[in-house]
Amino acid sequence: MALGVGCSARPGKARDNKTGSWRVFKPEFDHEKCSRCGLCSTICPEGCIRDDEEGLPVPDYDYCKGCGICAEECPSDAITMKQEEK
Amino acid sequence: MMEIMEGSHAVAEAVKQCRPEVIAAYPITPQTHIVEALADMVADCSLDCEYITVESEFSALSACLGASAAGSRVYSATTSQGLALMFEVCYNVAGMRLPIVMSIVNRSLGAPLSIWNDQQDSISLRDSGWLQYYAEDNQEATDLHYIAYKVAEDHNILLPAFVCFDGFILSHTYEPVDMITQEQADRYLPAFKPYQKLDCRDPISFGMYATPDYYLEFRYEIDQAMKRSAAVFEKAGKEFFEMFGRDYRSPVEEYRLDDADTAIVAMGSICGTVKDAIDEMRDAGKKVGLLKIRTFRPFPSAEVKSALSGVSRVAVLDKNISLGAKGAVALEIKDALYGSQVPVLDYIIALGGRDVRRKDIREVVSNAEAGIGDLFYGLRTEVL
Repeated sequence: MALGVGCSARPGKARDNKTGSWRVFKPEFDHEKCSRCGLCSTICPEGCIRDDEEGLPVPDYDYCKGCGICAEECPSDAITMKQEEK
Repeated sequence: MMEIMEGSHAVAEAVKQCRPEVIAAYPITPQTHIVEALADMVADCSLDCEYITVESEFSALSACLGASAAGSRVYSATTSQGLALMFEVCYNVAGMRLPIVMSIVNRSLGAPLSIWNDQQDSISLRDSGWLQYYAEDNQEATDLHYIAYKVAEDHNILLPAFVCFDGFILSHTYEPVDMITQEQADRYLPAFKPYQKLDCRDPISFGMYATPDYYLEFRYEIDQAMKRSAAVFEKAGKEFFEMFGRDYRSPVEEYRLDDADTAIVAMGSICGTVKDAIDEMRDAGKKVGLLKIRTFRPFPSAEVKSALSGVSRVAVLDKNISLGAKGAVALEIKDALYGSQVPVLDYIIALGGRDVRRKDIREVVSNAEAGIGDLFYGLRTEVL
């Protein structure tokens, strides 16, 4: 990427920056335990959890920073933070 | 046309002729007369400009940053504590490569509170990426504003600029100033053409986040632009000289330096006193000359080296002090002369508005001849 004068950038650059690489702990979703309440996808500060057609959460690990808020808040304890090997 | 004008009013008139589209400033002594005069011009419609009143200097320069990013020619002015409050924004303006021109009416920094002149304020922003030009008299202070816009806005440079001149000594003093006409100003400085700008139909963000993979390169680019600006300053000075006959082509000015044994180095209004003192010393048979620094950033190391290589000693007058080290100008001079064996002696002088007279310059030269230097000149030991 060539530098923009004044560190300027066109919209959409955040998409190129895959912040998932910052992650230390990775949330793992147990769909058996999931009650499909949609809380995790609602509160994810990165907006990188979507609900599939059946209402089950699908994370986008390209952008998940591993903050753990979803695991902390999940009422069914269906999300576990696991240290990631890289 | 030659007029007797207060320094602040001459600068305000020059700024008006540069046709800024946005001014945001907060009044502070001794800068106030400039922004008062500009506010009057906007109010009476002789200057077509948005004048944004703000509640602090931080807001003033922040408003200027936004206005410049939106593609306007922008002006502000401040001094001392006001500039200190702008510190964070100063770095952002330079990093976003916004060519704002700001007058710095040099004043000391508190504590203790002092409204009088030294150059600690602008020197403290030495590393911020702003061009720094210093004026000796009101004519130069006035003229450097046109030149500053020309250099700053060059698409190969895109850096903000301080035009620095000494508070009260220049800002509140009436001197003859040869003002160019609006028509001449328009010919010298055409309308601002932004390199890039904020536009909701073609969105762009400025000053985005840089990871460790990119930050170093952004700083390098600013440093390169600083260095390129020396040639653009010379070109802008040449054009000014050809159109108006006043010569600011060089980043330094030599006065009776050719055969000098002792060279004095100084910046700003003190150079006028130094020149008079040199004339007296020359009449008395002492070979003394002056090297005036006009552009402190970028620092003209090559010109300094070439101008001072033949002298026996250099006496630097610093109206600032990098506490725990030396005066900022002396540090640069020592760097420029590294390896040359020319002794460089530093004199911290005139801090907080202490008056400097010709006899003080003579005493500095006597000290330098005796090898006595690297001291606070005129220190009143009886009050310590």
